[in-house]
Amino acid sequence: MKKYIGKRIAISLVTLLIIILVLFLLLQFMPGSPFNDEKLTPEQIAIMSQKYGLDKPVIIRFFMYVKNLCQGDFGVSYVIAKDTPITILLKNRVPISFGIGLEAVTFGAVIGLILGILAALRHNSWLDTLCTVISVLGVSLPSYVFAIALAYFVGYKAQWLPLLYDGKQYFASSIMPMIALSMFTVATVARFTRTSLLEVLDSDYMLLAESKGITGRTLLTRHAMRNALIPIITVLAPLIVDLMIGSLVIEKIFSIPGIGSLMVSAIQSNDYNVTIALAFIYSVMYIVLMLTVDILYGIIDPRIRLTKKAD
Amino acid sequence: MNRRIKKKQPAAELPLVDTLSAEEYLSRITFEDDDFEFQHKDGLEHIDANFASQSYWKDALIRFKKNKGAIFSLVCIIFLVIMAFVGPGMNEYRYDQQIIVNQNMAPRVKFLEQFGIFDGSETMRTSTGSKEINYYVSNGLEDTYYWFGSDSLGRDLWTRTWMGTRISLYVAVLAVFIDLVFGLTYGLVSGYFGGKVDMVMQRIVEILNSIPYLITVTLLLLVMKPGLMSITFALMFSGWLGMSRIARAEVLKLKEQEYVLASRTLGAKSFRIIFREILPNIFGPLITQTMFSIPHAIFTEAFLAFIGLGVPEPMASLGSLISSGYQNFTSHPYMIVFPLVVMGLLMLCFNMLADGLRDALDPKMKDM
Repeated sequence: MKKYIGKRIAISLVTLLIIILVLFLLLQFMPGSPFNDEKLTPEQIAIMSQKYGLDKPVIIRFFMYVKNLCQGDFGVSYVIAKDTPITILLKNRVPISFGIGLEAVTFGAVIGLILGILAALRHNSWLDTLCTVISVLGVSLPSYVFAIALAYFVGYKAQWLPLLYDGKQYFASSIMPMIALSMFTVATVARFTRTSLLEVLDSDYMLLAESKGITGRTLLTRHAMRNALIPIITVLAPLIVDLMIGSLVIEKIFSIPGIGSLMVSAIQSNDYNVTIALAFIYSVMYIVLMLTVDILYGIIDPRIRLTKKAD
Repeated sequence: MNRRIKKKQPAAELPLVDTLSAEEYLSRITFEDDDFEFQHKDGLEHIDANFASQSYWKDALIRFKKNKGAIFSLVCIIFLVIMAFVGPGMNEYRYDQQIIVNQNMAPRVKFLEQFGIFDGSETMRTSTGSKEINYYVSNGLEDTYYWFGSDSLGRDLWTRTWMGTRISLYVAVLAVFIDLVFGLTYGLVSGYFGGKVDMVMQRIVEILNSIPYLITVTLLLLVMKPGLMSITFALMFSGWLGMSRIARAEVLKLKEQEYVLASRTLGAKSFRIIFREILPNIFGPLITQTMFSIPHAIFTEAFLAFIGLGVPEPMASLGSLISSGYQNFTSHPYMIVFPLVVMGLLMLCFNMLADGLRDALDPKMKDM
């Protein structure tokens, strides 16, 4: 187990280094320059290059960059908010994105679990059909389809919830983004819960437990759910990826001032420093989460640990 | 046994056999021509479909046909493909033709306008209340028809939607190509040769896998000019990983089998063993995986277009249409509805088709 965790951590670190290198190299080869202003004279550009350290050789700049990253210093924004350190740009945005992301995961997991359990318990009923339909729709349709539909019908036509994000009404304005973001989670969790619970309910040890006289809730929570929930952990990884990608579009649609919408505007306005800083943050988040999920598999289900070892 | 008793003499009223003589009994019964034939003539050969020995593909076809959702999806996809080819030529507009005076026209279709739908009118909501307006009438364009409406530059959305569908379908074909050329080869080689080759190749995959593909794709597109070529390149960069994993796993399952050993004993080289002995036997899971990567690729393209990294104007893709329609979807919802519906249908149908194919080709995987 220790060897497996060690190997996973090593791979994660190598990946991170490669990502930093690639990001830095990309920074060098981006088309256009941060000083895309015709009014600037060559002298002014030279002064600005010196100020931002852009006149030094590539290698020195790389080490400077890595050193700064380690200190949590991502440099300054060139376009979006001139001369503002990116750390300050991020400070207000990170909590908003994380808040909505967390809400979406919780909401998705809870609704998905409830739906999946109900569908499995009432196998072949209308609830089961509903669960299947929701899971097919949720897995297939991109999150912005839900977002736009919600924004139009609930936000614009019915005017129940604010159409655009409003900092003063955080909860009300986070409901629609949360639902749109969590559709994929709801669908995946519901589908997997249903399948694996059906399998468990059909097993011999459930029959044994039932014939021993265990009934109702105890039977479900103590015997069925414990085993049924393990496979759901295996779908955590795609959920994370989907949430991260979804957040870019969803934040743009509801104009939420989070890191996703910052990323989009940085890409569109060629603000390399911000783009690269965010790409780095996304990569770190992704790598850490994947690492956690992988190690969780190993701890929860010994079978996975053994097969990984055999690899 | 098939003797039929005439209707006028129901069985219950016939006296028991032993109370009558044989002649008496027979005289009361008439035989008919079909009495000595099997009741269901078409079932002369009784084959139980469940246990008949059939080829794997025939079996899969039967299972696939039973899946109504998958058949519906297939029909739907065929329809969308046909529309993508003939749609842009069905009216007089071109996808990049701007008629500024005809901007923001609501959808209007010749026949349907009589029923009060698609008649070119839309409801404007202002602070003073809402009112119905019809640009076709107010601009004196009674003979003009924009089936899906026109956008803010006066371009026909019908033509643009189907042009956008073409891009999505191109991406779909591309995804299949990438899977089959890169993913398949990589997985087959890695799985078959094993050992050091496999070690190195798998570490590369692991590292590529732990870079979020969103980041790779976005950054790639930042370096290259946005356009169809860079989208192609971006998809090639990350699209083959899933396929290579499946292909490797399948090869690992088969490569120790006796028939592979037999082939090797007979002197077959690696190339022949991989492509002639192993590949035909793992087609099922590979087809399923390919089908699943299609919606994924379509989604990636639409996502890139939505955040502004798609095909440049005046080309249109479904993603860029949704992105620009979104700017004013509260005042002109028709601009976003049609691309959104086509997009949704494409994603839904490809997913359901892939589901159906998986159930048909690999029944054990059902419901997973």
